[in-house]
Amino acid sequence: MNLKSITFRNLLRRKGKAAFVLAGLVIGVSTVVGIISFVEAMTNDINHKLEKYGANILIVPKTENLTLTYGGLSLGGVSFEMEEIREAELARVSSIKNARNIAALGPLVLGVVKVDSHKVLMAGVDFEVSEILKPWWKIQGALPDHNGLILGAETARILNLKVGDRVNIKHKELIVSGVLQPTGSQDDQLVFANLATAQSIFNKSGRVSMAEVAALCKDCPIDEMVKQISEVIPGGKVMAIQQVVKGRMETLEHFKKFSYGISGVILLIGSMVVLVTMMGSVRERTDEIGIFRAIGFRKRHIMKIVFLEAGIVSGLAGIIGYFMGLGSSKIAITFFSENHSGQVPLNFELAIGAFGIALLVGLLSSAYPAFMASRLDPNDALRAL
Amino acid sequence: MSYIVAEELIKQYGKGHATVTAVAGISFHINEGDFIGIMGESGAGKSTLLGMMGAMNAPTSGRLVVDDIDVYRLGQEQRADFRREFLGFIFQSFHLIPYLSVIENVMLPLAVVKASKKQKWAMAEEALDQVGLLDKARRLPGQISGGESERVAIARSIVNEPPVLLADEPTGNLDTKTTKEIMELLRQLNKEGMTIVMVTHSPDCAKYAQRIMKVSDGKLVGDN
Repeated sequence: MNLKSITFRNLLRRKGKAAFVLAGLVIGVSTVVGIISFVEAMTNDINHKLEKYGANILIVPKTENLTLTYGGLSLGGVSFEMEEIREAELARVSSIKNARNIAALGPLVLGVVKVDSHKVLMAGVDFEVSEILKPWWKIQGALPDHNGLILGAETARILNLKVGDRVNIKHKELIVSGVLQPTGSQDDQLVFANLATAQSIFNKSGRVSMAEVAALCKDCPIDEMVKQISEVIPGGKVMAIQQVVKGRMETLEHFKKFSYGISGVILLIGSMVVLVTMMGSVRERTDEIGIFRAIGFRKRHIMKIVFLEAGIVSGLAGIIGYFMGLGSSKIAITFFSENHSGQVPLNFELAIGAFGIALLVGLLSSAYPAFMASRLDPNDALRAL
Repeated sequence: MSYIVAEELIKQYGKGHATVTAVAGISFHINEGDFIGIMGESGAGKSTLLGMMGAMNAPTSGRLVVDDIDVYRLGQEQRADFRREFLGFIFQSFHLIPYLSVIENVMLPLAVVKASKKQKWAMAEEALDQVGLLDKARRLPGQISGGESERVAIARSIVNEPPVLLADEPTGNLDTKTTKEIMELLRQLNKEGMTIVMVTHSPDCAKYAQRIMKVSDGKLVGDN
């Protein structure tokens, strides 16, 4: 017989009360775990999708010139005779600390070519990574090989070219293998060729005009990545497309804040349930506490009984709540994830956190009832018998 | 030499005009091994006096010394230790813990004592044997009679072998036959050296005491 056995026996006797406290805490903990797991899974899912939104970091050569274009309107002064980046330098990007967060790196060589009587801007790209960098591209036709071209929608219209037509550029005959459907971007007015083909046409072998990088995940700060890339490409100017990045991050942050706010409120309600139930339990047990005090239990012994009781129920609630929360988030994610691809992994830290929070809420909410119980005067308690 | 000494014990409740004096200056000496009966009509102050002797109800003034310990100079926690080591309590309504078995109820005062489980069981079994209830050790309080419950309460009060036993109407809820059995048991404990102070209304129970203290209106009106 010790304080633990008194606690266990009491819990077994008052199963209904214990179950009520347990249910209150389980609901609180499982909701918090569910929300956190759900947010985590959704964040991963959203990040995964956002990565498909294309490039968010640009690497351009350093220049002292200011661009004189705005909204697609050119006011002159723009020169393509700028410095270029060496392809070998670009390869160093794969060595940065956050290299694993880079979804795609797309080198781009730009130059002006003459097709019939029209001057047109040609971009040499790596069509394999274009699928990641420009997921919005819809090509009528096919991706080109070394002798092929893709035309922007506006270019095809002005040059009156269609799939299968042949074009002579700088004494090289190229075949139009595809035409882009209108994108609403500058791509509509470009001609796209394979990177090596374009480099050969412009006589810029091993050099690129710029590079696009697609990178985003919850733990890869873009600003930090910009810094890392700048360090490995000293000749380049690395810029984050801030609007895109910030927009993505802010959306996720709002979602998280809202979720954590709700979690906090639910935990508060859970703690109130524990407080009220434990107060009721202490009142019901006035006689017992009176006996305990009369036969020589110290105040701390009484507090220990109340805290042990709360600790056992809370710990159990933490374990049950974690698995229930995980289960509910798994169910929820199948409804919210578009292609049901959202994963809710077992998270050891979250499990420990759930157990800890349940214990903390249970013990803190029991502190006042435990204090009240310990302060019960044995004479008053026995007189009330 | 006196084992328990009460000097001018006064207990008042309330303040100002609403002050009620429950014990109005009681002094007495009790020797080790005495069997004392405290008698008096309802509201005379018997239970208040017993509460003060039980280190549970601090007097408004006066002094209580047990085994040379000035009880009310101790802090609250030290008084809890004092109760555990020096006093055994028997209550009128038994006050057994309903979810603990008979033997666990008996072991209750040992719950905060440093001893092995085996030692505690042995002590509880010995106490139960003394009151003749060893065969019902595993039963719950709801499965035994009133007389048996009182015996369990007595076993609980003596399990840690305190020198003093305080009993508040120990036979108040029992029939004549069981009352006699309980009183015989208390007499036996007294013969074994335990000092017993018992509050009772019953002249039959009072006959078991060696000395009767009569209390009326919070005062000691008879001591013989």
